[in-house]
Amino acid sequence: MYQLKAVDKRFPGVHALKTVDFEISRGEIVGLVGENGAGKSTLMKVIYGAYQPDGGTIAIDGKSVRFQNPRQAMEKGIGMVFQEQSLIPNLTVMENIFLGYEQQFVRLGVINWKAMSDAAKKQLAKVKLDIDPATVTSALSFAQRQLVELAKVLTLEERIDGDLVILLDEPTSVLAEDEVKMLFTIVRDLTKRASFIFVSHRMDEVMELSDRIYVMKDGAVVDVVAHGAATVEQIQHKMVGRSVDREYYREQRQKPYDASMVLLEMDGISLPGRIKDISLKLHAGEVLCLVGTEGAGREAILRTIYGMRTPVSGTLKIKGNRITAFNPRAAVAAGVGYVPRERKVEGIVAGMTVYENMTLSQMGRYARAGVLNVAAEKTLARDWIARLSIKAHSEYADCGNLSGGNQQKVVLSKWRSGGSDIMLLDHPTRGLDIGAKEDVYEMIRDMSDDGIGVILVADTLEEAIGLSHNIIVLKDGVIQQRFECKPGAKPTLYDLLHYMI
Amino acid sequence: MQRILSRENVIRWAPLLVLVGLIILFTAINPAFFSQRNFARIAIAAAPALMVAIGVTFIIVMGSIDLSMEGTVGLTAVLFCFAFLATGGTLAAGAWVAVPLILVLGAIIGLVNGLVHVKLRIPSFMASLAIGFVGTGAAVLITGGDIVKINDDTFRALLTWRIAGFPLMVYVVAVLALLAWFIQSHTILGRNFYAVGGGEELAHASGLNVRRVRILGFVLAGVFYAVAGILQVAKLGQAESVSGANFMFISITSVVVGGVALWGGIGGIWNTVVGVLIVNVINNGMVVIGLPDYLQDGMLGLLVIVAVVLSTDRRSVSFVK
Repeated sequence: MYQLKAVDKRFPGVHALKTVDFEISRGEIVGLVGENGAGKSTLMKVIYGAYQPDGGTIAIDGKSVRFQNPRQAMEKGIGMVFQEQSLIPNLTVMENIFLGYEQQFVRLGVINWKAMSDAAKKQLAKVKLDIDPATVTSALSFAQRQLVELAKVLTLEERIDGDLVILLDEPTSVLAEDEVKMLFTIVRDLTKRASFIFVSHRMDEVMELSDRIYVMKDGAVVDVVAHGAATVEQIQHKMVGRSVDREYYREQRQKPYDASMVLLEMDGISLPGRIKDISLKLHAGEVLCLVGTEGAGREAILRTIYGMRTPVSGTLKIKGNRITAFNPRAAVAAGVGYVPRERKVEGIVAGMTVYENMTLSQMGRYARAGVLNVAAEKTLARDWIARLSIKAHSEYADCGNLSGGNQQKVVLSKWRSGGSDIMLLDHPTRGLDIGAKEDVYEMIRDMSDDGIGVILVADTLEEAIGLSHNIIVLKDGVIQQRFECKPGAKPTLYDLLHYMI
Repeated sequence: MQRILSRENVIRWAPLLVLVGLIILFTAINPAFFSQRNFARIAIAAAPALMVAIGVTFIIVMGSIDLSMEGTVGLTAVLFCFAFLATGGTLAAGAWVAVPLILVLGAIIGLVNGLVHVKLRIPSFMASLAIGFVGTGAAVLITGGDIVKINDDTFRALLTWRIAGFPLMVYVVAVLALLAWFIQSHTILGRNFYAVGGGEELAHASGLNVRRVRILGFVLAGVFYAVAGILQVAKLGQAESVSGANFMFISITSVVVGGVALWGGIGGIWNTVVGVLIVNVINNGMVVIGLPDYLQDGMLGLLVIVAVVLSTDRRSVSFVK
């Protein structure tokens, strides 16, 4: 019914989709799995019209179609239920359901709320949600909001002729177990009305719900598995199965760290709802990887160390000193540097020059009585531009105009030039091309050589295994297992995955 | 690669080109416009306005807004007169003490402004608007609606003593504008304003004390408003509760016309200087060419819209509230 043939999509430096074939029949539930960066979200965006493919064709019932935007896709019956809930919290349920389609209830320029309410009730009944449509959305639970979103997409049924395809992006990530069960019952029930594409990190749920599962890896569909035809382990194998090039992660440069020198020690740290009873140690020259799925607590640990969150229990010691005041200023002063995942939001200030960005966290060092020594700042910037071969026309270049890899180098040199010896790297290679990634790996090894302790949240499992001395596997905010990663005796992906999911 | 006519360059130089264009336009209509006497008139009119505009520039660069200038200028002008009279009535008799006193008062008003905004988490436009009204109200209360006059020739020399045709206050303002530029580009505080305006979360994540920066910004603005209050007295020889009237519209118009982005991080003191000159050249030019003065405000309003359209890259701002 809905079919993608040899669809291709490229972004600068990334081949995001490689001749992907995909199809879904009437009333079918199709699962879509893959690691982060495997191309799942790009494929979804092509399906619901947010991206236009560079090559290949999209066909509905054999007729070729082309969507300029999601609205056009919706008119052909393709609806999307977003992972980040897209309901406007201060509007009522019915206003959300009919947002942008209020015209049908308007008489002489006035909305007939009664009619809208009745129509909304009808939609809500499809998902078996018994609430007053005039309820303000923010008063609903996450599970209820999820169902309202589903109801909103199901309004397509009345608006268009033809079949519906509904994408569910991580619909269960914020739901409790019984809510997941309820959602699945409803989805199965709704297959009378629509086909579903189900994307989730939770492998057991995908296996339970889907009639067929598309497995993606590196932008390509590597296999299509029928319901019950493979075990979780077999599918995981397909998801990650590629040979790890030891050269690529600079494994030969991995040297033993200094176990006598503890830079950072966490003992029984808890943040309600995020992490529970986390204890770990970071040594000079060590690369410690935190591994887990999204929301497993990796980011919460980094943010606690950086002082952006205050734990309710447990102690954090940096170089032997117990931290009592949790704020980024104290962390920076203690020698902690943080390379955040959202480079554009928390990594660099676009509009400020390279040298201004580099000294942002350490202006006190380049100033006397509040007056900056700009000449010294520029010297520092020129020095690091040369050391990390940052591609910028000069220290005056606007950081917002640099490529992602070069921005990352500016962020790294900001901390390294400031003498930070505990580096927190959150997805430092996200969105970088291969060459820039290798530069980052090289820099991580350089830092180890200089006795800097690194806590890394890697983009992929291979990266985590390849780079680290030690790995901590987290699930639902709790440490599941610790692995030692000596060169030549590293754990395999399956060892880790076993504890992650 | 180096294109002179790139959008970036056009945005950077547009305000200055507009200023030059306006001068040429008014001179063509009435050659009397292009005279030293007229330029001195423009400079005198622009001097207090420039101080106010520079003060608010720091705030706008941070991505906030300050609307307290009318109240602050009014109150500082009135209290300056009282302090001046109370401490002798002439500079020679020791009334110079009133100057540092009033600058500190400006700083205190700014501090209250900043504390209300940051500590009580009230949006800056609301907090500062309220403080501005309090200032105007206090000025009315103190004066009882009367006018306070100062007749000290030494002090009035700011207006009457001319060097190369321009009164002393113009040079004072020029020096203070240089000081503001120095604060903007050579101090930690100035850099912090840009960091907060360009990316508040990042500034926080880099270990900056964002709340402190915000409060200090309002303190600094308050000091510049107080300078404007003193200059206003020097210009008119008197103060009353409405001495600060009109400064809100003129200063924010100037800042925006000069090319400082209202969402923060872009532009600076030189944009403001050019903006203030543009606004005052237009005001003066319309008088010189004989346009009725009630058209001036309307023209200025149109000008703001044109300036924002020309001088900012609105494509990069996803939504405007």
